[in-house]
Amino acid sequence: MGTGPTVPPPPTVTTRASEPRGDRRLGAPLFELDGVSLEIDGRSILRDISLHVSADGITVLLGPSGAGKTMILRLLNRLEVPTAGLVRFRGEPVTSIDPLKLRRRVGMVFQRPAPFPGTVRDNLRVADPGATDDALLAALGGAGLSPVFLDRSADDLSGGESQRMCLARTLVTRPEVLLMDEPTSALDPDARHRLERTARDLADDGRPVVWVTHDLDQADRLADDVLVVIDGRVASAEERDRFLKEDNGG
Amino acid sequence: MTLMDDAAIGWSGLTLSLILVAVAVGLSMWQGLRLEREILWACGRAITQLLAVGYLLVLVVDEDAPVIWAWLWVVAMVVFAAVTVRRRASEIPDITRVAALAIAASAAISLLVVFGFGVYPNVGRAVVPIAGMMIGNSIGSVVVAARRIVGELADRRPEVEARLALGQPWQQASKPFVRSALRTALTSQLESTKAVGLVFLPGAMTGLILAGVDPVDAVLVQAAIMYLILGCVATNVVVIGLGLTRNLFTPDHRLVRLARTTS
Repeated sequence: MGTGPTVPPPPTVTTRASEPRGDRRLGAPLFELDGVSLEIDGRSILRDISLHVSADGITVLLGPSGAGKTMILRLLNRLEVPTAGLVRFRGEPVTSIDPLKLRRRVGMVFQRPAPFPGTVRDNLRVADPGATDDALLAALGGAGLSPVFLDRSADDLSGGESQRMCLARTLVTRPEVLLMDEPTSALDPDARHRLERTARDLADDGRPVVWVTHDLDQADRLADDVLVVIDGRVASAEERDRFLKEDNGG
Repeated sequence: MTLMDDAAIGWSGLTLSLILVAVAVGLSMWQGLRLEREILWACGRAITQLLAVGYLLVLVVDEDAPVIWAWLWVVAMVVFAAVTVRRRASEIPDITRVAALAIAASAAISLLVVFGFGVYPNVGRAVVPIAGMMIGNSIGSVVVAARRIVGELADRRPEVEARLALGQPWQQASKPFVRSALRTALTSQLESTKAVGLVFLPGAMTGLILAGVDPVDAVLVQAAIMYLILGCVATNVVVIGLGLTRNLFTPDHRLVRLARTTS
């Protein structure tokens, strides 16, 4: 990413954003948005967005609150549909994929944990009523929770544990990719770092992650690729520099 | 003198009952509530509407009139009830159609039982008031059920979407919340059914006793009507649950944006 003469040197993350590691973008992209716009109740949320999400590692969607990052994530598993443009998953328009199958392939963890009534086991079984205990334990392990949690009441979990349980619940469907919508926004620093490590482990194990955040430091810790979204659009280099500068108190 | 003559109050009785309207107006003036005009307007409107209906009913329930007129009256009541529901719950999408369907279904089942099994004779004098009670009670239960469903799905949107995101179809993702809403809607009718006789004497029974009917006979009539109303409300609530919830999701299993309801 270029920095103009009047703009101070950008933080590390911008280097990653402008220079994806290795040949990450050479393979077929995981997701493609092509001229996507989204209006809700007559209000423009996303405007003519075109972007690629790479098929491995952690891609961070970074931007200020209200920029439209969450809506991009929701377009990827068809919880929203664009007003204009096309969303593709592994080259195929998402509209041509059965939405229920798409959502099991494209798992999503929301900003606030939404535990269902009952135990952790009950919660995980919502994702797959026929799952064996071994499968449930594998999902728990993938989310960084020990087997003792399986019979705990979901209501008794801390915020961080609850968010991990929601991640485990998503992992039960064995998704090809994980969408994580500011999953640490309500967590304390320790729980936040542990969830970040879990996301890194999952990505390193071959499960790509798309992570939404407005936290520049978090993007710096996590991102293999960064896409900066500002005001419903993918930011230009200049806008991105300005955002990164302001976010750093510059 | 017949029993009915005992129950009829005539114009003079009605005029005397206006004393109570005068009491309400007087209290409003004394307390500075400024409701005098509204009280008089409401009372005037009520008597005008009731008289108009009464004179029409004379034609419909006349023993010589074909019973088809009574059934057409019932159809009109269903339509009017659906319009009333829309007025009371206008924020709910497509409520008129779903309400008409629910009210028609519940009225059809209830009236089929009552008149199909000969609980009451299929004559205008029985069809119109019984259908009126069924449909009248339907309005409240339909409004409560519809608002509860929308309120529950709006309030629990994160959980609903978490289920949808796991690949559940809308029918499954909405089930716990719709079930909870329908339980609430049906519970109020169950509570009033349980309280009947202890807390209040229902209208039909009161009317019959005023008309000189033996109280036990009046109770039997009232009990049958209560069971009908309960069945009617249960049918309403379930049809609303099925019909309305379908409208709140898109064909590709997304929850539409919902306005919060106040009930």
